[in-house]
Amino acid sequence: MSIEIPNTHPQAIRQELALSVDNRDRIISIASPLGLLLLWEITVRAGLVDARFFPAPSRILGTLVRLAESGELWTNTWASLQRLFWGSLIGIVPALALGIVMGLYRPARAIIEPLVAATYPVPKSAILPLILLIFGLGEASKIAMVAIGVFYPVLINAAAGVREINRIYLDVGQNFQASRWQVFFTIALPGSLPLVMTGIKLGVGMGLILIAIAEMIGAKSGLGYMIWNAWEVLSVETMYVGLLMIALLGFLFTFALNELERWIIPWKSDR
Amino acid sequence: MTANDESGGGARTATAASTIAIRHLTKQFRIRHHLITAVDDISLVIADGTFFMIVGPSGCGKTTLLRILAGLETPTSGEVAITRSYPDKPGNSMVFQGDSIFPWMTVYENAAYGLRIRRRPEGEIRDIVGHFLDRTGLTDFARAYPHQLSGGMKQRVSIARAFANDPEILLMDEPFSALDEQNRTLLHEELLRIWDETKKTVIFITHSVDEAVSLGDRILIMTAQPGRAKALIDVPFERPRQVLELRADPRYGELVFAIWSQLRGEVQHARGNDGRVIRA
Repeated sequence: MSIEIPNTHPQAIRQELALSVDNRDRIISIASPLGLLLLWEITVRAGLVDARFFPAPSRILGTLVRLAESGELWTNTWASLQRLFWGSLIGIVPALALGIVMGLYRPARAIIEPLVAATYPVPKSAILPLILLIFGLGEASKIAMVAIGVFYPVLINAAAGVREINRIYLDVGQNFQASRWQVFFTIALPGSLPLVMTGIKLGVGMGLILIAIAEMIGAKSGLGYMIWNAWEVLSVETMYVGLLMIALLGFLFTFALNELERWIIPWKSDR
Repeated sequence: MTANDESGGGARTATAASTIAIRHLTKQFRIRHHLITAVDDISLVIADGTFFMIVGPSGCGKTTLLRILAGLETPTSGEVAITRSYPDKPGNSMVFQGDSIFPWMTVYENAAYGLRIRRRPEGEIRDIVGHFLDRTGLTDFARAYPHQLSGGMKQRVSIARAFANDPEILLMDEPFSALDEQNRTLLHEELLRIWDETKKTVIFITHSVDEAVSLGDRILIMTAQPGRAKALIDVPFERPRQVLELRADPRYGELVFAIWSQLRGEVQHARGNDGRVIRA
């Protein structure tokens, strides 16, 4: 027995080291965009770049404060967030189910794969007019755009995630007489989760791109609308505020999804 | 000894017995354009409560045979008839070769898998799993994930998972082949201790003659590909056994030697077959 019980000391030290490496990575991830902003401010003030096109971060910040105080910024951010949320949800759930079924069953793969291969490369922005035609100018068309954008990466990654699962685990499920549902929930879903999370991250990024595009055309709210409107009234700082908010959302989503990943995939966290 | 002990496999109680009867079992695989016979016309009766070992060279189809018994493969011809004495229990549980415990479940969740699949009440699961984690020395690691465990501990989890499911028959596919010898010997003793509590029928695949003699009641020697039944040998050692003490017994060496002389030709045959050897 005694051979098996690991000496706790080296392991504890290793874990502590791993933790500090994690923290270091996190600090670097926060510091790098801040450094870029500082560089920008300096070059504008030094007159090295044209302030009409690249206003200094401090001026953009001023506009941001003004827009925040008037509430305009929050209304638009909130509108985009809501569309992103519903769009992601509507995209992720069927993509996950379909992707896992594709990964588990060859006939399902044979049916769905060519459809995905044919429709995936179509630029999502190119189908916006069609979406507007079908769903109208209201919320539904924006949500649909996000859903379509999120759908593909999640579907493709979920299918790949299931196929990556070692066959032996499916044999175990069969040997323990797990039903199809049980195989789905105890093997296919958790086993594909690492790649599914990658798909969700890619999908949410795609969702952000598409929501901005969709809101530029036929919307009266949202960050995309704010940016487009700023162009029409030539308010370059507002444009940057919109861009900044989108970038910030992207950053926050990545951060939140990474934290979520740590939490729901504890069995991979050490790697 | 009386005449009614002819079924082999040691003394049996007179109560209901689950007997495994394998009749003319053959399994062929098509690999590209070759038809490969993995198991060739094996007939065998395994009595209830026997610790049954199958030894053979690599690629002799022993794993295929076990997978057919586990219901993971269907035979090309022939049949397997299993007389069940407890139809409400699961038929069999397998301890797989290599890493088969789920990386996304803790040690406890892995060991509880079969019981959870069968939707047993949580209290019962806690008791049973607690017992087998204790017997395999894993209690302190119940909340650990497999990537934190050594190879020997992972195989213990796999054994706990199979025993906790309380099947009529335990199938073991070279469960210790990836372990070093010290760990293997420890696990042999643990396995025998746990097995002594229930005396379930075990079918155990190995390529180690020592393992076969240490653990088994009967040993089937298989030929190299195609896998046929070559000889059936009874192991005379009484139970409970101490694996290390067995080795001091003069009969141990004689038995190992006898089995080796049966196997030698088969192993050489398998090696000469390199190009065609299939993983089994």
